[in-house]
Amino acid sequence: MSAEVPDTAKSRAAILGAIRRGLGRDGAPTRAQREAPETRLATHPRNLQPARTAGADHGGLAHLFRHYAEAVQATVTEVADMASVPAAVADYLRRENLPARAVMAPDPALDAAPWAETGMLSIRRGKPTESDEVSVTSAFAGIAETGTLVMLSGKEHPSTLNFLPETHIVVLSADRVVGTYEDVWDRIRRKMGGAVPRLPRTVNLVTGPSRSGDIQQTLLLGAHGPRRLHIVLVG
Amino acid sequence: MEGSTSHDFKANATRELANADLRAALSGSDRTFVAGRARVVANLPEFDALRDAAKAIKDHTLANLDHYLEVWERRAREAGGHVHWAKDTAEARAIVLALCKRAGARAVNKGKSMIAEECGINEMLEANGIRPVETDLGEYIIQIRHETPSHIIAPAIHLTKAQVEKSFRETHTGLDPARDLTEPRALLTEAREILRKKYFEAEVGITGANFLVAETGSSIIVTNEGNGDLSQLLPRIHIVLASLEKVVPTLEDASTILRVLARSATGQEFSTYTTLSTGPRRADDLDGPEEYHVVVLDNGRAAMLGGEFHEMLRCIRCGACMNHCPVYQAVGGHAYGWVYPGPMGAVLTPALIGIEHAAPLPNASTFCGRCEQVCPMRIPLPGMMRKWREREFDKGLTPRPARQGLKLWAAFATRPRLYRFVTGLAMGALARLAGRKGRLRRLPLAGGWTRYREFPAPEGRTFQAMWAEKRGRP
Repeated sequence: MSAEVPDTAKSRAAILGAIRRGLGRDGAPTRAQREAPETRLATHPRNLQPARTAGADHGGLAHLFRHYAEAVQATVTEVADMASVPAAVADYLRRENLPARAVMAPDPALDAAPWAETGMLSIRRGKPTESDEVSVTSAFAGIAETGTLVMLSGKEHPSTLNFLPETHIVVLSADRVVGTYEDVWDRIRRKMGGAVPRLPRTVNLVTGPSRSGDIQQTLLLGAHGPRRLHIVLVG
Repeated sequence: MEGSTSHDFKANATRELANADLRAALSGSDRTFVAGRARVVANLPEFDALRDAAKAIKDHTLANLDHYLEVWERRAREAGGHVHWAKDTAEARAIVLALCKRAGARAVNKGKSMIAEECGINEMLEANGIRPVETDLGEYIIQIRHETPSHIIAPAIHLTKAQVEKSFRETHTGLDPARDLTEPRALLTEAREILRKKYFEAEVGITGANFLVAETGSSIIVTNEGNGDLSQLLPRIHIVLASLEKVVPTLEDASTILRVLARSATGQEFSTYTTLSTGPRRADDLDGPEEYHVVVLDNGRAAMLGGEFHEMLRCIRCGACMNHCPVYQAVGGHAYGWVYPGPMGAVLTPALIGIEHAAPLPNASTFCGRCEQVCPMRIPLPGMMRKWREREFDKGLTPRPARQGLKLWAAFATRPRLYRFVTGLAMGALARLAGRKGRLRRLPLAGGWTRYREFPAPEGRTFQAMWAEKRGRP
């Protein structure tokens, strides 16, 4: 089967024309009319910021992050350093009666942990398949405001790791916890560089495990994405 | 209007009022949506100020809509995405079909999208031998029941657990008939397992969009299940359906609106998954779609700009208005007869399909004002319903008895002495008729009211008479 995808340039012109008529314009916006939107795009000013996380230091942000993450049924373990992460992961899996087997992001940030030494975990690096039950990834950031994790797609972090396995374990260093969503956008802009930010293909903001209320408004965890979201907070 | 029964609201509502399952299914809304919203709003002192900020963002965006759409389009293309423009639903269907055919698609996974409902994407795909698979649990349930969504964020809210169980048993015939499905958890697990297999079969994934971000050329979806993510990550092609008013300037602007969206919708601080998609997978990505397409739909929205219903374009589809609407909660979403129910539907539907096809909807309101009270974008919904009623009257669409009644009332109201005299007599008569009970079971010319409930009788004197006597003193 093959098909010609319609050229929609005519419809584009008609739609933009209708918009301009509605806005009372003769044609494309003038330089003066473009100034306010261009400035807004270039400077991306912050709107009102909730005071919830304002003024909190690193410890305070990590504390708030944990509070809000647990409020949405994520579980959190705190460890002192990366060396303690594999044991914490193995402990969690044992406690939850889950297999000591995981697919892990090919992420150098996770290499600092002595996975092999633990000897309790069987680990494969890469993207998940249908049969993987547990995934381990890092996170680009944590947002204290709502206990939200931020994951960026890339060769080090296939996005399907955040969704396919029933259990998702996230290793998050405490110094990556910021206050608000806006703090994360600034960090992403710095990381990606350039005058115009080019986002990774997928940016996932994840707040708790997957859920649905679609059966008679009963809240159930694990609809399509992970049923369990466990966060190992490091440092 | 094809596929719409909005003109028949009265008959639809009468049918739904007799639906005991609907009663039972909707009875939980106060406990979940309404109480949930109240709880999270109480937890955020800035909530009302954030509503003002969110409104200001959309007002600014709409005032510069052409510019922001062009910037968004340019950046989406720079990121490797394809942008298609559709004036109406027929053009949107043609684009989607061509993309699916070119991909050789036999199955399409769908994340929840009201624009897909508006365009009739599923019917079109089926007519062309392509199997649409709804992956949102609520959408899946109504798809196997051959129904339409009755709520914009909770499509199967009109169904009881027992109805879902029955549909699963009728559809999933390969499974053990003796299996236990009494717990909602068992139903969820069954749906999860069945849909899991289908995720890997589809060549195309279709999602909606809560936002288009001009700054980055991205689309954003907000979900709780994760189905919208699997639907866009696993197939080879991702198609986004977005109406043109979804654009916002920056990530900061999206963040502000996101802060009021989930709180207003489900009573969550934040939805489980907020996903930003920008272009197709990159050269060294290990997963993600190879093609990313966005279909931008107008279908009557551009014509709303600058007019009486301009402010409706601020709507972010949270559903708070219907969760708090006494009419919606009594008759459910299907009574509204088209894609968008409740107060937002009563304003939007006439704008999109024409007041001549949807005249009863703006009348299906008690004007209690709760919808406007809870609307995160501060849309004056009752005021706009009143404007539709005026248009309906001007176009001669108002039913004849109502027109004649209004004429009669006007004849009295423009003659103050006569008005006072006649209303004085009528109030006294009604009070005597009702007796000590103070309620009337039948009333001439008011059968439309007393057929369903008693009419509270006046206390015997008119407001004007009491005012004249007290001169405004309490």
